[in-house]
This record gives sequence, C-alpha cells and structure tokens, in this order.
Amino acid sequence: MTSTGRDSTTSELALRVNGETRALTLDNRTSLLDALREHLGLTGSKKGCDHGQCGACTVLVDGRRVNSCLTLAVAVQDRTVVTIEGLSGDDSLDPMQQAFIDRDAFQCGYCTPGQICSAVAMLDEADAGWPSAVTAPDVTTFHGRRGLDADEVRERMSGNLCRCGAYVNIVPAILDVAGAQA
Amino acid sequence: MRPFAYERPASAEEALDLGTAGSDVAYLAGGTNLVDLMRLGVARPRLLVDVTGLLPRSIDETPTGGLLVGAGVLNSDLAADPRVRRDYPVLSQALLAGASGQLRNMATVGGNLLQRTRCLYFQDATKPCNKRVPGSGCPARTGIHRDLAILGVSEHCIASHPSDMAVGLAALDALVHVRGASGTRMLRLDDFYRLPGEDPARDTTLDPGDLVTAVELPVPSALTRTSGYRKARDRASYAFAVGAVAAALDIEGGVVSDVRIALGAVAPRPWRARLAEEALRGQPLTDEAVVAAVGLEMAGAEPLPDNAFKAELSARITSAVLRQLGGAQTEELP
Repeated sequence: MTSTGRDSTTSELALRVNGETRALTLDNRTSLLDALREHLGLTGSKKGCDHGQCGACTVLVDGRRVNSCLTLAVAVQDRTVVTIEGLSGDDSLDPMQQAFIDRDAFQCGYCTPGQICSAVAMLDEADAGWPSAVTAPDVTTFHGRRGLDADEVRERMSGNLCRCGAYVNIVPAILDVAGAQA
Repeated sequence: MRPFAYERPASAEEALDLGTAGSDVAYLAGGTNLVDLMRLGVARPRLLVDVTGLLPRSIDETPTGGLLVGAGVLNSDLAADPRVRRDYPVLSQALLAGASGQLRNMATVGGNLLQRTRCLYFQDATKPCNKRVPGSGCPARTGIHRDLAILGVSEHCIASHPSDMAVGLAALDALVHVRGASGTRMLRLDDFYRLPGEDPARDTTLDPGDLVTAVELPVPSALTRTSGYRKARDRASYAFAVGAVAAALDIEGGVVSDVRIALGAVAPRPWRARLAEEALRGQPLTDEAVVAAVGLEMAGAEPLPDNAFKAELSARITSAVLRQLGGAQTEELP
C-alpha cells in the first residue's frame, strides 16, 4: 500500500477527497492539510497555527472532524476526506454555510471553513448522543442537536478559534441549523 | 522535520519486530502529539510504524464485570460510552475536559497515556532540556515553570504530565496492558509511569518497542460511580490544566468509608494522593478535613516561586469535587 519500499521517505498513495480518488506521490512528512492545499488545489482548508491549536484546518475524515495539520496524508490513504469544498453542491450551499452568511458569522473569514466543517460534524456528534464537558454529569446520552444551547455550542466548538471575535454571530448561526434540522 | 519511512504492519507481531529494531522508530496512532513534536524537531524518528489499524478499538466487558478498553479506542468514543458515563463518570469527565472535539476524535487511549510533557523548554529544540537531551540542563527552575510540577520532581527535571485522562484512570486504579518482545504484562499506572530521578528522558517503565494494547477498568462499584473530575485552567475550555483532581468517594454512616484522589498538573505523572486518602478514611467529610489531608500530601512538595500556588489550588479543587460527590451520594440515600 505504501509501495515505495521500507527505506523510502516517499509514498505513492490515493486520497479519496470529496468523492474523487486522486493518486499522488508524497513525501511522508506531508500533512493532509498540505496535501489538500499544495497538491490537490483545495485551498479552502486554512493553515493557521499548524500545531492543532486553532482549528482553521478542520476537515472531516470518515465523517469525523479532525485537525488536518496534525494528520499525515500517508496515514489516511484509505479513508474518506471531506473538505469545505465538498460540503456544498454545484449550485447550493450546505445549510451551515448559508447560516453563517445569514448571521454574518465572520469578519476576515480565515477561520470560517474550519468553523463550518467543525460545526457540521459537531451537530452529528450531538445527534449520536455524545456529551460535552458542560453536559450535566447524570446525562449518559445527550439528546441530540435540538438539546444544544449556547453554552454547549461554545464548549463543543472550543477547538476553533476566531481572532476577529465573531463568536457572537457564530454561535447563533450554529444554533439556527441545530434547531432547523431535527 | 526529519524525513522518515512509513510502515503499516499487518499484525502486532510485525509491529513489534519493527518497533524493537532500533532506537529511531516510533509508533504512530492518532499523532496529535507525535506529529507536532516531529514538526518541532523534538521527536526525530527515521521510521514511523502506523499501528492505528492494529490496536483494538472496542470496549468490552471483562469476565469479572470490569471494562477492557482497547488502546486504539478514540478519546471521543470512550468519553461518550454510556457504560463509562454511568459507571466511571470521572473518566468521561476527564476526557471531555481535555483538548478539543477535533483532537479527541484523533487521539487514542494508548497515545493519550504516552503523550509528552508540554514544558516549553522540552518543546523548544533550541533550548537545553534534560528530558530531550540528557545532561544539557534544565532552564525551567529559574525560567518559566508556572505550569510545571511540585511533587515527584528531581533536580534534573520538573516536567508535569499533561494528560487529563490518565488522572481519571489513576483514581480508578486502572491497569495498563502492554505487549512487548518478551510477551504481555499488566501494569498499575504507578508502575507504568516513572519519576524523573537521574534519568528524566524516560517517562514510563516501557522497554523500547513495547506496545500499549489496552486499559482495564475495575468492576464498577458505589465508589467508581460516585466519582468526578475538576480542572482549573486559564480559559474556560481547550487548555491544559494548572490544577486538576480526579476523585471517587464512598460515604457510610456519615463518614468516609473509602476515597480515591488523583491530582493532575502537579507531578511528572498522575499523582495518587494516598496520604490524603488515608487521612480522610473514617472521618466526616468536611472542607477542613479535605484541606488538611491534601496539606499532608503537599508536605513533600518542592514548589518554585511561580508554581507554589498549586498546593493550595489542589486542596481547594479537591475539597470542591468531594463536596459535590458527597452531596450526590447523600441525595441517593433512602
């Protein structure tokens, strides 16, 4: 699968991104983020800190939100990647993208792709019953996205920083989608 | 980052063969700490052995009624498991207090245990650090040490352990299952982690190439069900602890019949406060008794100017979490 041998520092691999399989030869050091941006031309995912501290690089791997800057491309070659480019249809936006526009949930926009990818997956986590650090201890299974309030959204989205401080509109945008799609 | 070869072995045996072949080999699981350390030039493996596909990813009941958590279980899955949430709340709470939603989706149980200190000098390859380059010195004592350890330190190293999860596991008396060249073995957390002493480069008692395969939780009891985690940090979420406590409590007839206290952010490993536990057994649960008991534990502390606050902080959060647990248990009585 890694093909170019035990001592090689490069690998031939295929990445499945937004429904397309793309063959690449990459230095093993290449992060998923750099593979997306520098090798596949998908520049929607942003590089903020490159240390997993800001969330600007958030993408979905097998449906879960992860930091693509700390993910090695070679390690996700048989998994399914969705980026901000893959959330929208040809002429339609994902409801989360539309909610960010409706609520003016950004200023410079640099953190926005990561915020949106993170928020989409976060609502799925709430639907799967995942509690958070602010969920009451006696709740064993969380009651879905409709159970989210502002405190829950802030805690669950704490891995996405916004230096413009647009949180005041990001939280309502996410709550709009949480309430609209039960 | 130093160039490296990448291997994805088909079996644990093959992984162990690769892992024990040389000192420049590292196992890759979630990568949330390792990839960052490689980017910083702190970790410099020549071969990365990806064990993600090999590590058990299930949470199974043991024959005696405990839980066996595979080393490949993601932090987010373990935190959300209804059995963990109900029978070992301290573990779910500790996990959810750590990192971010994204990182918990990547990080495994085994990797969480093996993450390295976030001491600034350890993470800066241009600075001396006895943990990174043995014998090079420790600038932290006279430098930035607010987040570092006050218990179990040595003159060579005052690094603190960063994990929240491991503090919860320490309070639960969890066992770590390890597979190595000479077979499999089980270790208590206290025997899994080592103190720096003369050799701060090694965080654990593992031999090169050893693979953590699972963590075993004990049979649930009133004690494990009446447990909780309290974390103090510089912002409300997504920050390492400046103080943390995992506690479990059993009260009978108005006095503490059993208690477990593990402190985080104060030592090179999760710190089981056994002196404090002993002092509290048989006593009525009062804030004064808890503060005095944690004080006994802190008698052995070696604080520095900027981290001396951790002794009092640890006592306060221990008092707060035990008061909460004591109240919860009293309410459940008929």
